[in-house]
Amino acid sequence: MNRSGFWGDVLKQRMLLLMLTPAVLFFLLFAYVPMAGIVLAFKQFNYGGGIFGSPWNGLDNFRFFFESGNAWMVTKNTALYNIAFIVVNNVLQIAVAILLFEAVGKWFRKITQTVLFLPYFISWVVVGAIAYNLFNYDVGTINSILNAFGIEPIDIYNTPAYWPFILVLVSAWKALGYGSVMYLAAITGIDTEMYEAAEIDGANVFQRIFHITVPNLYPTIIILVLLAIGNIFRGDFGMFYNMVGNNGLLFSSTDVIDTFVFRSLTTSNEIGLSAAAGFYQSVLGFATILLANYAVRKYDKDHALF
Amino acid sequence: MSATVTNYGKTGNTSKGAGKKQIDRLLLSLIGYSVISILAILCIIPFLLIVSSSLSEEGKIIENGFQLIPSMFSLEAYSLLFKYPAQLLKAYGVTIAVTVIGTIGGLFLTAMTSYVLQRKDFKWRNQFSFFFFFTTLFSGGLVPWYLMIIKYLDLKNTLIVLILPMLLNVFYIIVMKSFMSSIPEAITESAKIDGAGDFRIFIQLIMPLSKPALATIGLFIALGYWNDWYNALLFISTENLMPLQYYLYKMLGNMDGMRRAMVSSGAVVTMNIPTESLKMAMTIVATGPILLAYPFIQRYFVQGLTIGAVKG
Repeated sequence: MNRSGFWGDVLKQRMLLLMLTPAVLFFLLFAYVPMAGIVLAFKQFNYGGGIFGSPWNGLDNFRFFFESGNAWMVTKNTALYNIAFIVVNNVLQIAVAILLFEAVGKWFRKITQTVLFLPYFISWVVVGAIAYNLFNYDVGTINSILNAFGIEPIDIYNTPAYWPFILVLVSAWKALGYGSVMYLAAITGIDTEMYEAAEIDGANVFQRIFHITVPNLYPTIIILVLLAIGNIFRGDFGMFYNMVGNNGLLFSSTDVIDTFVFRSLTTSNEIGLSAAAGFYQSVLGFATILLANYAVRKYDKDHALF
Repeated sequence: MSATVTNYGKTGNTSKGAGKKQIDRLLLSLIGYSVISILAILCIIPFLLIVSSSLSEEGKIIENGFQLIPSMFSLEAYSLLFKYPAQLLKAYGVTIAVTVIGTIGGLFLTAMTSYVLQRKDFKWRNQFSFFFFFTTLFSGGLVPWYLMIIKYLDLKNTLIVLILPMLLNVFYIIVMKSFMSSIPEAITESAKIDGAGDFRIFIQLIMPLSKPALATIGLFIALGYWNDWYNALLFISTENLMPLQYYLYKMLGNMDGMRRAMVSSGAVVTMNIPTESLKMAMTIVATGPILLAYPFIQRYFVQGLTIGAVKG
């Protein structure tokens, strides 16, 4: 009964350990064992051999991935899209949060906040349906409008040049409600005494916004942006896949690492290539997130992830 | 200028200041109301477009394209959907089952895990917290995860594969953990003195006290399951197990997919199917429950964001 040391602790806290077991098993099965499966990137996969029994093929998968030019294209697309999303989304969300807080009445804020939040709740498939409704060549709403004005219809699904703008807009549209609520919470937390002091000093509302509200948001902005930068090599698969799908015509301007990995696995069945691209993304992502966390830690220790 | 000020004296100066303030307030309100109104309209118009397209007569859609106001009103798409509802009902059944089971199971496990991790007397809390957290930093990527599920767990075309991979989420565990650590430790301490076991303390004391966090995180989990199509895309090929969103995805994909779906629901192959309006009607039917429940549950999400803002 009176055992001490490691096994004593285990015995004493066996109930807590037991309660933790399902979650531990879950992450072992769905995260840690697959992590070990990363060796697949260096193998010539065959289904019979599986992850651990397939023969090694050195760096062949990587060579194929890099020499085809795909690696550079999807990395560039992923990073550029994420940078555009970070900038556009944050600026818009902050502006909306400030306007919701400073400029409009209570009932108007409540109603519009509900409306702005709506796109967050629908699946990417439904967003895909909306895109279809707007952009379809034959029946899309945009071409209906152009047609009504006697303008030639535009073939959006076959024109890569439109897509960076469309995807940035869609991302902004879907994230606006979520992000502005988050920034609104941060603004609500600003000390009102500062506002009163500014008012006494004769500052107008705009001066107050730019000299008090915005600087007070810097910590939140910096942390959110740094964390987002940490994820810069992770593409939003749901969005890209439902907006673009397997439309090869658009890949030059829309293919991100995640869609490439998915297609290599399911469509072209190049499992080794897919694993290599996934490995490349994981390592790149891990390095960036460590860097971003280091930056957050330098800036404000309390908000670092670890 | 200075003369005027002297002339009007102190009172004049103040009212002028007040006037200036009025103007900048007014300007800000003007910007605020107009910008927010425009954005709100942009957020709602796509939904209105889908609704009106679903109510348009197919021939008019082919002729003029989708329009915000239908040039000829028709319920044909909906009547067709509800005339052959077999496949749609199956998809609804799958989605509801997955959402209910997944939310209850996921919420319970999230809470239980979080409770242990926030117990200050739990010897290995830091090690285990790191064990969970590390999975958000590094992953093996899609391929090993996919092979784990189809080859080693052999879950292809099962209901389980739609539930299990999404059961736990580290972010929810972190938010729940931070909520639970705001519950006074004295509660656990005094229950322990009364001889209650850890599991009983969790079920009888901690769970009821965590209701606000459970409601919020439960809704996040439920929304995730309701909107999931990804697991079905990867792992489901039988029509009986298609959840709603994936069924919609299939129908949007191509006319063949749409025709197959209607035929397997009992429609006659040679029938003239109003493809475009049907796609839009299907979108409404798949999103309907969310759009209806949304105004009532929205505040829980706002709450959740504020609890979990930046870091849980």
